Amino acid sequence: MIELSELWFILVAILFVGFFFLEGFDFGVGMAGKFIGKNDLERRMLINTIGPFWDANEVWLLTAGGAIFAAFPHWYATMFSGYYIPFVILLLALIGRGVSFEFRGKVDSPTWIKTWDWVIFIGSILPPFLFGVLFTSLLRGMPIDETMTLQAGFTDYVNVYSVTGGVTVTLLCFLHGLVYLTIRTVGDLQQRAHRLASIMVYPVLVSLVAFVGLSYFETDLFTYRGEITIPLIGLIVVAYLLVIVLLKKQRDGWAFAMSGAGIALTIATIFVALFPRVMISSISSAYDLTVYSAASGDYSLKVMSYVALTLLPFVLGYQIWSYYVFRKRVDGKDMIY
Amino acid sequence: MSELFLARLQFGATTIFHFLFVPLSIGLVFMVALMETLYVVKKQEIYKKMAKFWGHLFLINFAVGVVTGIIQEFQFGMNWSEYSRFVGDVFGAPLAIEALLAFFMESTFIGLWIFGWDRLSKKVHLLCIWLVSIGTMLSAFWILAANSFMQEPVGMEINNGRAEMNDFGALITNPQLWVEFPHVVFGALATGAFFIGGVSAYKLLKKSEVTFFRKSFNISMVIALVSGLGIAFSGHAQAQHLMHSQPMKMAASEALWEDSADPAPWTLFADIDVENQENALEIQIPYALSYLTYEKFSGSVPGMLSLQAEYEEKYGPGNYIPPVKTTFWSFRIMVIAGMVMILVSLLGLWASYRNTIMEKKFLLKTMVGLISFPFIANTAGWIMTEIGRQPWTVFGYMTTSASVSPNVTAESLLFSLIAFTTIYLILAIVLVYLFVREIKKGAGYHDVQSDSNISIDPFDKEVMQP
Repeated sequence: MIELSELWFILVAILFVGFFFLEGFDFGVGMAGKFIGKNDLERRMLINTIGPFWDANEVWLLTAGGAIFAAFPHWYATMFSGYYIPFVILLLALIGRGVSFEFRGKVDSPTWIKTWDWVIFIGSILPPFLFGVLFTSLLRGMPIDETMTLQAGFTDYVNVYSVTGGVTVTLLCFLHGLVYLTIRTVGDLQQRAHRLASIMVYPVLVSLVAFVGLSYFETDLFTYRGEITIPLIGLIVVAYLLVIVLLKKQRDGWAFAMSGAGIALTIATIFVALFPRVMISSISSAYDLTVYSAASGDYSLKVMSYVALTLLPFVLGYQIWSYYVFRKRVDGKDMIY
Repeated sequence: MSELFLARLQFGATTIFHFLFVPLSIGLVFMVALMETLYVVKKQEIYKKMAKFWGHLFLINFAVGVVTGIIQEFQFGMNWSEYSRFVGDVFGAPLAIEALLAFFMESTFIGLWIFGWDRLSKKVHLLCIWLVSIGTMLSAFWILAANSFMQEPVGMEINNGRAEMNDFGALITNPQLWVEFPHVVFGALATGAFFIGGVSAYKLLKKSEVTFFRKSFNISMVIALVSGLGIAFSGHAQAQHLMHSQPMKMAASEALWEDSADPAPWTLFADIDVENQENALEIQIPYALSYLTYEKFSGSVPGMLSLQAEYEEKYGPGNYIPPVKTTFWSFRIMVIAGMVMILVSLLGLWASYRNTIMEKKFLLKTMVGLISFPFIANTAGWIMTEIGRQPWTVFGYMTTSASVSPNVTAESLLFSLIAFTTIYLILAIVLVYLFVREIKKGAGYHDVQSDSNISIDPFDKEVMQP
């Protein structure tokens, strides 16, 4: 039988996978504005493709945060305090980006619109980059002492490996957003998104390979749980190769599914490679936080399991419905933002 | 400056700022849902116009409320890691449920509502805004369940040095929660009502779109009075409960050093001398505190000094008296603001009933000024609740100084404090600027503009519509 703490680790992983699958393309669309949105109307069209969804997509992250707090208080406490500055920057980025969507169209002035366009752009790049850095250093291990306290220096956060991880996740989201646009826009804009997506697959593959290569030296990704992680990595590469083929054949919907699979598998691989550790200590493996040592009590986990398993079907149901309601491509008419 | 001080300053600043927007959102969306209901039931376009105009202002406010809320979700771990370790087992659950139940609901259905005017049937569209409104209240319920646990820890036991949940039912039937939740929700409804009332009054003073804003004014005054009374009754219930759960907070909010006389008078004004633990001057209303506490005209209320002695025996040496002046005055500011609100909403409602509001220039001007009162009362109420609980974070179990993250340096805190304050200041300026702009434009503006404002086709059926 699976233990409740293990079930919650899986749930947290699913929440992060869902977050990157969904908010991943929101971030990508936010970045795309600077590259394929030629004028204000086009940039508005881009924002309107994610208009009804981005807020709910971000809730996947908030729920993941809440789930970690409730199910793994020590993980929550160690990670959020240990990554204090990165989280401050993440919050600033998410705050700026969130209000920009609402504020941008409210005043008819080029300077005003341009300002918020920049905030959207930066606010869409920073979060995936910071999460890439976070996940990478989680895999590599951070200086966590016997009191579960993380006290690290600058190079523990920022180094070649973690920056590679950050760039990789950012590129994954950028590509995901571009492919999303190929199925949500029309005309010139759609073609530009399609063209750029076909090009961006290659840097994505290069950075993925670089990231996996560095992981070989920096982490125990291949040795610790290699029998699962190596096939998973193989699948990720296959997914992105398929994106190339499918985009070429104009099968954009399938290309989006594959790019989504690529992101989902990447995040899943990280969680598989961690399990059952949630945070690795670079001081001593005795100080690792694991799903067992960081978890809440059984009673709390049981209550939370009932609640989560009852609510999740409804949440998924109405979110899917909202995607169904707004399934039409954005063509520049009836736009809200 | 110590880490603890900076962490407290940041938590206080970000939370107070966040809670300026939250009650306005809860109140506005409820009233927007009410207006759209009137539209669907009465089939009059003016109610749709109302839902759209006030909905517009709601959305600007909602955006700021949402983003400032993200910080709240993370900063327990960031700044209060020891607190999070200690209570996560109990305290984390309502936060996770809030996200899963309320945040998803609000965010998904607000998207459907904003973008769905032409894509959903009238009834489904109405359902969406009600689900947003219910979502905001569920959100309040779960976060207050978490807060109530800090005020009155229930449903848990201490195991291995941390609080572990052993009774979820007790957590959500916490008596503190059931006095706190209605008080906060009525406060939020009043915030929305006085906002709509005040903005409408401003437009009525300018004689612009009189029918529209008079109707808005009438609706808002009904909600203002109902919620004002709701605030008073739930506040009274809360004060009575406080006597049992946190008598020290009660005594501090009365600046009561020694046990009170029997019957106990209510202190309207006091010149508090914290150092000598006495009041130099007091203006008191006889019997009133006994009545507020026990609903009868007798009974003594214990003072801070005897409670301090009692707590020292129970929890060991230490200072268990919260900052008295802050607790005392924030309580008074809240109560007085609330009473003024009830009084003025009565006058406002009377004037709308008699249809004489256009002649009552002074009342209209007062209504404009009164927009600020619910915000002041909400803030003062929370300051009293949280400062009055000091030195505890979890009453009787964990102190604030033991809660702070040991690994976050003063430099990091200073950076985050400056960064958050700056960005919040910018948000506040932009928000007020946009509010004023939208209000000046008025409700008619969006009719002409329709929803999209790219090239307007003269034969488009949207434009052809009257």
